Amino acid sequence: MPANRFNGFTDYGIGIGLRIPHYDHILERKPVVDWFEIISENYMVDGGRPLMILDQILEQYRVVQHGVSMYFGSAEKLNRDHLRRLKQVVKRTKTPWLSDHLCWGSVDGTYSHDLLPMPYTFEAAKITARKVREARDFLEVPIAVENVSSYAEFHISEMTEWEFLNEVVERADCGILLDVNNIYVSSRNHSFNPYDYLNSVPVERVAQIHIAGHSKFQKYILDTHDHPVIDPVWKLYDHAIQRVGVTATLLEWDDHIPSFDEVHREALKAEKYLTVAV
Amino acid sequence: MKLVELQRKFAADLMRPLGRGDAISPKTKARYIKPNTRLSAAERLEIYSRSYWYRLIDSMYEDFPGLRAIVGPRAFDKLVRAYLADCPSRSFTLRDLGSQLESWLGKHKSLPGNKAVVALDMVALEWAHIEAWDGKEEKILGPEDLLELGPNLRIGLQPYVGLLDLKYPVDDLRIRASANQERHEVASNAVTKPKARRTLAAGRLKPQQIFLAVHRMDHSIYYRRLARDEFRILQALREGKTIGRALAKCVKDSSLSPAELSKNLEKWFAAWAELGWLCRV
Repeated sequence: MPANRFNGFTDYGIGIGLRIPHYDHILERKPVVDWFEIISENYMVDGGRPLMILDQILEQYRVVQHGVSMYFGSAEKLNRDHLRRLKQVVKRTKTPWLSDHLCWGSVDGTYSHDLLPMPYTFEAAKITARKVREARDFLEVPIAVENVSSYAEFHISEMTEWEFLNEVVERADCGILLDVNNIYVSSRNHSFNPYDYLNSVPVERVAQIHIAGHSKFQKYILDTHDHPVIDPVWKLYDHAIQRVGVTATLLEWDDHIPSFDEVHREALKAEKYLTVAV
Repeated sequence: MKLVELQRKFAADLMRPLGRGDAISPKTKARYIKPNTRLSAAERLEIYSRSYWYRLIDSMYEDFPGLRAIVGPRAFDKLVRAYLADCPSRSFTLRDLGSQLESWLGKHKSLPGNKAVVALDMVALEWAHIEAWDGKEEKILGPEDLLELGPNLRIGLQPYVGLLDLKYPVDDLRIRASANQERHEVASNAVTKPKARRTLAAGRLKPQQIFLAVHRMDHSIYYRRLARDEFRILQALREGKTIGRALAKCVKDSSLSPAELSKNLEKWFAAWAELGWLCRV
């Protein structure tokens, strides 16, 4: 499944997240990287250095947009100003697909700037799917929704997380950004088998995969993106690749960011699994 | 429970100020959350609540290092938490988080105490800094725009140029406070943890009125001190006045002789053009 309609029929390899501490290294040394994932919101600005850097990156590299504030799962309507700004970036980057999270984060116009957990209800699935469709129609680019790490569950939930994911993507007819680290983190926090989750994912909809590191605490695991990927997550990744096939993969490293070479080396560990799957 | 009701309850609990030791308020029961064998419902919510507060406080720390230097780290923390409780984010981007701080601080002068005036000056400068960083750039004025040169010509000022009339010389302090600091960016899906940060001591600043332009050049931010007359002309252009009216006001109020003013005008316009500040209206 190297390319499908949810990733714009592209065949991207292993990418890494574009982060400020690496700007100089990338622009001066021009390392060979399959693609960069950018956080859309960092470039939804009117001018200045962020857009200048983005344009320089676009001259050399393929870029895919990943968002953190569309909040498909919020009960309120999509923010039209947000969508307009996002579309300007989409036109600039020509991203073949665009991803954001299966979560909520705002209510009545007040923003949490976090990826808050969904109640797994049919009402929530319906609202979320409708908003994904609206965003796709406005932005005119395939959309993939990412499963988030979570630390809370709700009494009103009517299904499991993976059933909810399936319900949303089927209703929205959209892609999935499968974050295997998030599945691992949530499986530990909510005591479920991560392989049950992975085995239920509709493989034909997976547009991209995320891998990352996390932090362990006594009573829970936090998705901090500040460590290398641990072995159990690589095993989950291996399983995902066996099911889904060779898929665009991205390593996220957002805090205590090491050198570019170290991040890239960590990302390239995915090659081992992708090569076997070819 | 409907989705919107759940989200309103969750958000209200999430954004309630943290208590002693950054623990969630004991009043928060969060009965809509399922406990598990290790954590109560409130403890599960606390993970989100702490992350919410740390993320927003962290953003304010990065955006207002000068204010932090003036009031000190403890007072800054208290001030920021009070501000965020009153003015939660109404924008999808953290970039706008401090947009209400100047007006809010103006109504809460007791928090910075006897440093209120200098603190307000610094907040105005730091917000102008943010606007200058990623503000819009209009097409720079070219010779073709000056074909109808005359007193009725209107010239615009780039939106990213901020003009400030300050009671304290806070620019030097801000430069020291922000040395090597770059604007933060949003990361993806990562929980925010509290960060240890260095705070610069402000020392005692003596009052001194300064006029300042906060602008960018080659994608770096600069503070340029302006002469009073220079500031007034730029302010008039920003307000949309014609060149004729902007200059007439300046001539009327200036303490300089007409010859000195004429010489300065030539110098100022040349500098603004070179800096790319002038644009079409």
